[in-house]
Amino acid sequence: MADFLYQLLLSLDATLRIATPLMLCAMAGIFSERSGIVDISLEGKLLSGAFVAATIAALTGSAWLGLGCAMLAGIFMSLIHGFACITHRGDQVVSGVAINILASGLTIVLGIALFKRGGQTPSLPREDRFTPIEWWGVDMMDSVPVLGTIYRQLISGHNMLVYVALLAVPLTALILYRSRFGLRLRAVGEVPEAVDSAGISVTWLRYRALIVGGALCGIAGAYLSIAQGGNFVREMSAGKGYIALAAVIFGNWKPLSAFMACLMFGFLEAATTRLEGVALPLIGEVPTQLMLAMPYVLTVLLLAGFIGKPRPPAAIGRPYHK
Amino acid sequence: MKKVLTTVLAGAFTAVSSFAVAESHGDFKPAVIYDMGGKFDKSFNEGVYAGIKKFQDETGVEVMEFEVTNEAQRQQAMEKMVQRGATIVLGVGFAQADAISAVAAANPDVNFSIIDVSWLDHPNLRQYAFKEQEGSYLVGVAAAMASDTGTVGFVGGMDIPLIRAFACGYEQGVKATKEDAKVLQNMTGTTPAAWNDPTKGSELTQAQIDRGADVIFQAAGGTGVGVIQAAADAGKLAIGVDSNQNYMAPGNVLTSMLKRVDVAAYETMKDAMSGEFETGVRLLGVAEGGVGWALDEYNADLITPEMKSAIDQAAARITSGEIEVHDYRSDNSCKM
Repeated sequence: MADFLYQLLLSLDATLRIATPLMLCAMAGIFSERSGIVDISLEGKLLSGAFVAATIAALTGSAWLGLGCAMLAGIFMSLIHGFACITHRGDQVVSGVAINILASGLTIVLGIALFKRGGQTPSLPREDRFTPIEWWGVDMMDSVPVLGTIYRQLISGHNMLVYVALLAVPLTALILYRSRFGLRLRAVGEVPEAVDSAGISVTWLRYRALIVGGALCGIAGAYLSIAQGGNFVREMSAGKGYIALAAVIFGNWKPLSAFMACLMFGFLEAATTRLEGVALPLIGEVPTQLMLAMPYVLTVLLLAGFIGKPRPPAAIGRPYHK
Repeated sequence: MKKVLTTVLAGAFTAVSSFAVAESHGDFKPAVIYDMGGKFDKSFNEGVYAGIKKFQDETGVEVMEFEVTNEAQRQQAMEKMVQRGATIVLGVGFAQADAISAVAAANPDVNFSIIDVSWLDHPNLRQYAFKEQEGSYLVGVAAAMASDTGTVGFVGGMDIPLIRAFACGYEQGVKATKEDAKVLQNMTGTTPAAWNDPTKGSELTQAQIDRGADVIFQAAGGTGVGVIQAAADAGKLAIGVDSNQNYMAPGNVLTSMLKRVDVAAYETMKDAMSGEFETGVRLLGVAEGGVGWALDEYNADLITPEMKSAIDQAAARITSGEIEVHDYRSDNSCKM
């Protein structure tokens, strides 16, 4: 029993690690979608962030510079998206897909041109990455039963970007519901005409939402390639941007609910990695294929019955014409 | 002015064409189609590239090449090479089997060769297959001896029989050395995306470490980068695959299971050039030098003399036939 609980605790620890990029991308998605811009390009921004972070960190030896440039890369991709679908009123889904394809191809081409490693970047030494932070008093807390273990495994010992992601959720909620910018952002996603007649620029507001989203995706990318991992591998985002988008929809475009959805996806993946080949009581060993399909099966089930009617922002996907 | 220009152009043209003549050796025109992952993947494709490069350096013959970036390109690329006059086309990886089968059937006067395939049948096709289970057996011996906890791990890429064969050989090597050792196994996924998911690889590794594993062998392409990274971060040992990956985390990579695809590529080109190209299946194992393990300056401190002699002994016994490593692919099961 004690062993089972310990394994469960470690799964929760893994949940946090897996959910970090999802949380950051989901918050980015919320900013963008609440402003009325469909953001299927989360995946592409995540991937370009990961590539730029690893490249800059490898070239300069600075993780911080890598993080900064990754945010710039995410913003740059966002601006392309904005230029196509805010300034020129193009179709938002098409533009988003284009950005994903652009990121997928560009990272490989630039990676091969720069490093000649089939699209991979060189492995970074430990000191050039964001490494786990040991919190104060971990050793002291060890003497306390249960709590000490929880403190050591679950709360302490993550890298900085995990804590950034955890902070991003309440911050997003705060900005969205308690600031003037947030009020206008929500309004522009529901009735842009009202915002416009109040004398506020719809275009500029939507651009700002995309810029914030781009920066968040950049951080998520940096997490993949210079915090959790130590280099960039082609297509390393592996669909996380899409899962984050699903989390946004699951969470009904609300930061806290989307956060819970991210944790659920994270926990499912953590559980599948740990349960493969392990005999469960009563059931026995679960086949790998079934375990791997579980997150998707659950997604379908939850979407079909348990989530309730999603209520997207009213003006989403609609280019604004004066 | 016009005359000068014409002369220069004519001169340049002659230079180019004479260069081309010098480069081609009679009618011999080789071509190679690298698979997804690309020529410099630090793994499988790069191994082939090493063999091709050795051949080019030795003979001065230019080898035409193409890097496939999506599934639809494989057959197109091969047909293109045949159109451009290739006399030998080398395909890389089991994923090109269907494409090469179709193109080889349509072009009986061109020679073909493919690595990691053994089940096709064309009179103009040579196939290379490796006894991955034997190389995996050897690194399994090393893993069992290096493990303090008695639990070792395996992380595979896509769940296919080839990767199961790696896992099965590894398990046999571990169990033969330490009977009560535990081998944890994970596959990354069931689609080709499983070859490029280092984050998942690092999570799987972390999960195995949490369950007590302290040596983890990966056969997972780009995903394996995450495995090595996670093992190194946790201060555990990883084992590389295909090419020598010892340098990737010096001190934390115990050894690498080598698959000498460079030998296969070099041999193909050399035989085709000398006109002694025999078709059929070539099976390369420990005895043929086709699979093995890596020892270099990066892992010299990790391999103890006892380990080295145990591995060498196992290799000798496999060569002599005393040990027969079971191949998962022969009956789709891993009997011990």
